[in-house]
Amino acid sequence: MKMFNPSPQQFKAIKAALFVMALLPFARLVLFAFTERLGANPIEFITRNTGDWTLYFLCITLTVTPLRRVIKWNWLIKLRRMIGLFAFFYALLHFTTFLWFDHFFDVEEMLKDIAKRPFITVGFSAFLLLIPLALTSTNGMVKRLGGRRWQWLHRMIYVIAPLGILHFWWMKAGKHDFVEPILFGLVVAALLLLRVARVGSADRR
Amino acid sequence: MLIKRNPDGIDLPLASEITPREIFESRRTFIRQLAIGSIASGALLEMASREAFAQSPAAQKLGAKANSAYVVLDKTTPYKDAATYNNFYEFGTDKSDPARNAGTLKTRPWTVTIEGEVKKPMTLDLDSLLKLAPLEERIYRLRCVEGWSMVIPWIGYSLSELIKKVEPSGNAKYVEFISLADRKQMPGVRSPVLEWPYVEGLRIDEANHPLALLTLGMYGEILPNQNGAPVRIVLPWKYGFKSAKSIVKIRFTKDQPRTAWNIAAPQEYGFYSNVNPEVDHPRWSQASERRIGEDGFFAKKRKTLMFNGYKEVASLYTGMDLKKFF
Repeated sequence: MKMFNPSPQQFKAIKAALFVMALLPFARLVLFAFTERLGANPIEFITRNTGDWTLYFLCITLTVTPLRRVIKWNWLIKLRRMIGLFAFFYALLHFTTFLWFDHFFDVEEMLKDIAKRPFITVGFSAFLLLIPLALTSTNGMVKRLGGRRWQWLHRMIYVIAPLGILHFWWMKAGKHDFVEPILFGLVVAALLLLRVARVGSADRR
Repeated sequence: MLIKRNPDGIDLPLASEITPREIFESRRTFIRQLAIGSIASGALLEMASREAFAQSPAAQKLGAKANSAYVVLDKTTPYKDAATYNNFYEFGTDKSDPARNAGTLKTRPWTVTIEGEVKKPMTLDLDSLLKLAPLEERIYRLRCVEGWSMVIPWIGYSLSELIKKVEPSGNAKYVEFISLADRKQMPGVRSPVLEWPYVEGLRIDEANHPLALLTLGMYGEILPNQNGAPVRIVLPWKYGFKSAKSIVKIRFTKDQPRTAWNIAAPQEYGFYSNVNPEVDHPRWSQASERRIGEDGFFAKKRKTLMFNGYKEVASLYTGMDLKKFF
């Protein structure tokens, strides 16, 4: 069977479509904000929604490599940066909601909150760790760091994703509502195990 | 057209406009299917859920005299917010679930059994409850343990009226409220998020405090199902979860009852759970709150008041360390 390999024009179109799709959750929030459809507690809605989408995009980012190997669409790798940056984009929105609407830029209060409450500590750490990845996502930075060091740095995603899940897990823990955190946990665990299995096997290419 | 919305999206349906349940249900199924088949499922499901608001068989008026002793200066929360943003785990854990799912709750016939350490145990149906004492409208602040608040005009009478009737014995030190837990009517009961049935409790002197309201209605009407129909308790000086909904049994006991949230997470939810800005929840501060339907995006959260502003209950707790008995 011949593998699908898009022409440069096709690839451009795919990438543009993906970009637009990745912006849809944000567009939905903006639309809902202006049409008063965010429910009784809009800030909670935005906080949860942007948190959810951060996790979705982290999972999608982690799916690119295994998927590429399975279906042999190597060109998928060229979309990974954009997906990863969207994970950062939604994490930034999530954090901004917390800083702005929850703490009104009272940084001292916010830092106290971060230090005092483990679930926030963990979420904040995950966000901080994402920043260097976003900053070094340009081609120039890859060159400057050198492929190896760059790759090493970006393996931080293997720490960030579980931290994100833990943050979500703890948030839900007090309410005994584990269905969603378990689903996310299983997805991330599977995606990470695939990598461990590969390192362990002789099948490395 | 299948999806009909009020132009202002807030008004209650007139009795004549209320859709019979079967038609409503089939319409919802249709919307669901439509939504699942569509890429824009998020937006459509949202519409489906908003439409579900119309399911409240509400608009059944409940006459009550305003009690001027219990009025707050705060603005009343819009009915739509109070009836669509609820924690009622028997109908799902998301705050939009109860409004969507509580249509299956059958509130008539309904009885409340009063038992335990009382001289006159009894089982009362809804009509006897409605007639037990004159109905009053009281506007109370409601502070949820999650850090948000509302202002709601409830209809009912002091729980003490009922307590008087059953004549508690000298052994009655606590009152336990037991909510309905019927898998058939309450989809959330199938999931083990809490120990069912939902149990709440008070010390007898707390239960006898005039503020403790046996509640049968809100906003001039009978309670919507999602707000704990047909009969619930409202304790404005405590976090919302203390106010048990859809009560089927009230038991007077010698020992402190084991309450639902306290069983689930004892380090987070104490037996007393009085609103207290100085005692943080382990995962967030309780010093401030967001008023639903009023505080916009750019409003700073408002300060939470001790006992939610109901200082008259303070004497119930003299000499108690409220940090320890949180």
